[in-house]
Amino acid sequence: MSQNHQETALPRCPGCEEPLEQGDLFCGACGYDLSAAPAPAPDRPTVALVTPGQAPAAAAPSGVRHGGPDAADDFELAAPGAAAPDPRTAQEPVPAAAAGGKVCVACRAGRVDGDGYCENCGHAQPRERDHMEQELGAVAAVSDRGLRHHRNEDSFAVSTTALPDGSAAVVAIVCDGVSSASRPDEASAAAASTANECLLESLPRGTHPQQAMHEAIVAASESVNRLAQQAGQERDQHRHQNAPACTLVGAVVANGLLVVGWIGDSRVYWVPEDRSAAPARLTEDDSWAAQMVATGLMNEAEAYADERAHAITGWLGADAYELEPHTASFKPDRPGLVVVCTDGLWNYAESAAEMAAAVPEDAYRRPLHGAQVLVGHALDGGGHDNVTVALLPFTVSPQGAGSA
Amino acid sequence: MANFSKSNVPQFSVEVYQNEFLPEGGREVNGIITVTSTGGGTTGGVPLPGAAAGAAVVIMVDCSGSMDYPPTKMRNARDATAAAVDTLRDGTSFAVVAGTHVAKEVYPGNGRLAVADSRTRAQAKEALRRLSAGGGTAIGTWLRLADRLLGAADVDIRHGILLTDGRNEHESPEDLRAALEVCAGRFTCDARGVGTDWEVKEVTAIASALLGTADIVADPAGLAADFTRMMEDAMGKEVADVALRLWTPVGVEIQYVKQVAPTVADLTGRRTEAGPRAGDYPTGSWGDESRDYHVCVRVPEAGIGQEMLAARVSLILPDPSGGAPQTLSQGLVRAVWTDDMVASTSINPQVAHYTGQAELAQVIQQGLDARKSGDFDGATAKLGRAVQLASASGNEDTAKLLSKVVDVVDAATGTVRLKAKVAEADEMTLETRSTKTVRVKK
Repeated sequence: MSQNHQETALPRCPGCEEPLEQGDLFCGACGYDLSAAPAPAPDRPTVALVTPGQAPAAAAPSGVRHGGPDAADDFELAAPGAAAPDPRTAQEPVPAAAAGGKVCVACRAGRVDGDGYCENCGHAQPRERDHMEQELGAVAAVSDRGLRHHRNEDSFAVSTTALPDGSAAVVAIVCDGVSSASRPDEASAAAASTANECLLESLPRGTHPQQAMHEAIVAASESVNRLAQQAGQERDQHRHQNAPACTLVGAVVANGLLVVGWIGDSRVYWVPEDRSAAPARLTEDDSWAAQMVATGLMNEAEAYADERAHAITGWLGADAYELEPHTASFKPDRPGLVVVCTDGLWNYAESAAEMAAAVPEDAYRRPLHGAQVLVGHALDGGGHDNVTVALLPFTVSPQGAGSA
Repeated sequence: MANFSKSNVPQFSVEVYQNEFLPEGGREVNGIITVTSTGGGTTGGVPLPGAAAGAAVVIMVDCSGSMDYPPTKMRNARDATAAAVDTLRDGTSFAVVAGTHVAKEVYPGNGRLAVADSRTRAQAKEALRRLSAGGGTAIGTWLRLADRLLGAADVDIRHGILLTDGRNEHESPEDLRAALEVCAGRFTCDARGVGTDWEVKEVTAIASALLGTADIVADPAGLAADFTRMMEDAMGKEVADVALRLWTPVGVEIQYVKQVAPTVADLTGRRTEAGPRAGDYPTGSWGDESRDYHVCVRVPEAGIGQEMLAARVSLILPDPSGGAPQTLSQGLVRAVWTDDMVASTSINPQVAHYTGQAELAQVIQQGLDARKSGDFDGATAKLGRAVQLASASGNEDTAKLLSKVVDVVDAATGTVRLKAKVAEADEMTLETRSTKTVRVKK
């Protein structure tokens, strides 16, 4: 148990690094035929990770001979000398892969070096953040690198906690790193985790969710600002012009209330469980297009057709003009699904009706599956950006409705 | 066991300048690798306390008959050699070789090297007085003798200084080439041409094969200062036989590997294989200095969003006792495919600059060749382009040398007229120094 705990806990697809489950015949993410690889022995599942090297090496004399000298202690010195030529020649044709490193997912022949590249074909290996999934009972989130970006600059955090009265509160935060800034991936990760922690701390104290959301966005903003300061200490001054930056959108479901908060152009949609009711978009982008429409300078069609449409006018980061967190509180009268997402998704389902159409019928009961389907919708559409979506089912409890 | 605590080996740092973003279907990846060594030679030639003086130098002086025309040439060469001997650090092994159609040991003789101190320096200078001109020129024999002398020394740094005033007439070009092949990698050598009767391509070929510098000393009176400077540089070297190791993944083709600063030198053909998919390019010995290399590779096509390592560049110091070489420092050249046109179409300023500097060296060479062969239109076009490149990149030294060969009408457009009369020394200076580059303006 203990000797295997790390690697065997997460057997991964040799094709895409996706975690596998016991008994999988194909990888759920990339369809890699797992039966093509030698079946993992039940007692030594680590073999699956290093198959190309391990299999031939298993029979190699080195393993046997290492055991030999130990047993025959009289010949401890003589044995390695006599055996020396053999293991050397035997080990050379079994290169790097046998040395225990991970095998490249692109060519499946080379070992992955310390920098994360294949020692054979040079391809960068999937990073942990390329595809992330999390499910916590009442909330689920999926984030994907998409098809056109070389890394995932989105991040999310989901959690559940309890209010002072014992009722449950569900939190989902989604952040989208601003690509034109430096280290956007760090910015989004810092913002999402800080906002989440801040809410987990203030909600149980009884802070009103809308106030808590406001404070969380301010705290997230400070954490992103700190990234720029750290950079300023270690690096040149000119880095400051490109301070790390990201958007943030969050939703809290607590006590019959749905509270949303945002900065930038990541969005929250409301999709009622009863599909005959009208879905809605609950956030207003901090974007050039939205501003043009809001001030009446352009109509929506004109504004979104402009190439500046997606330029954001609000973000978290040291070079943001002025932090104006937007928050809103809703009291839905029926059950529904809260869709919290980055523009990597809503670019392929912009209107509330389109988003509702993309959400599968059973998403209210299976949020993780629903989030996976929505990410798939964005990838099918072209996957031009990182895609992140969190789904929170909203339940109208008879009690909550009565007291409200 | 070797003593690794010796701290006078320089620290090497590697920086990579590149635009890693490629458009869809893009395959060519360029990177400028800046290698800086610090910590070696910082004592200004004064031996470090406790450190072994690990250098040997052989000075090869041309003593062919032409050195007596004018007689000041031989006298200046003697004085310059004496000045170089004076610059030798105590403890350095050295020898002086007189070169004609054969090579003769002048000091200390008997196939040995002397160890520099006040007594041996005086003896060497005494021996120099007996140098006289007479005979032919066969540079290959000088180099082979220097190689024998240096090879016998138990030192880390082996260096030669070669002075010639005429063409290599008393052996075939093949003989010289064979000698250079034998000596390459065994010692480094700076080469100087004095006067204007020598062949630029011969002298630059020696320096490039033996990873040293080449220059012209048109006026023999300038020899002493030049020899002193060369010897000071040689004394500043702290680590020899450093190689640039390039590892490339399967399917990646190496287009070229060039040194681009301080001078342009194509290293592509000088690769020696070093394990799977890795090759070593020689860089010679290093003191306190910084050099730039341009690596260009072709990677296999990959889809948008993919990222790969196009090359891993490291500096390798071989273990003298034959063990695994030491990796001094390394940098990564990457390729990332993107549909962001702004990212994929921008050219890294360092890459652009050195591409221009390499073209500058090339068009000067082509222009001078065209001029010699009587193709004045071709020469005007090439040298005009050279003037334009030198001016745009701020290579003032080269611009000044060009202005002695052509009349510049407009540097920005590269409009020039060939000068009717050009001093031979000016033309040779331009040709010898055409490979000198400047770094990107900060």
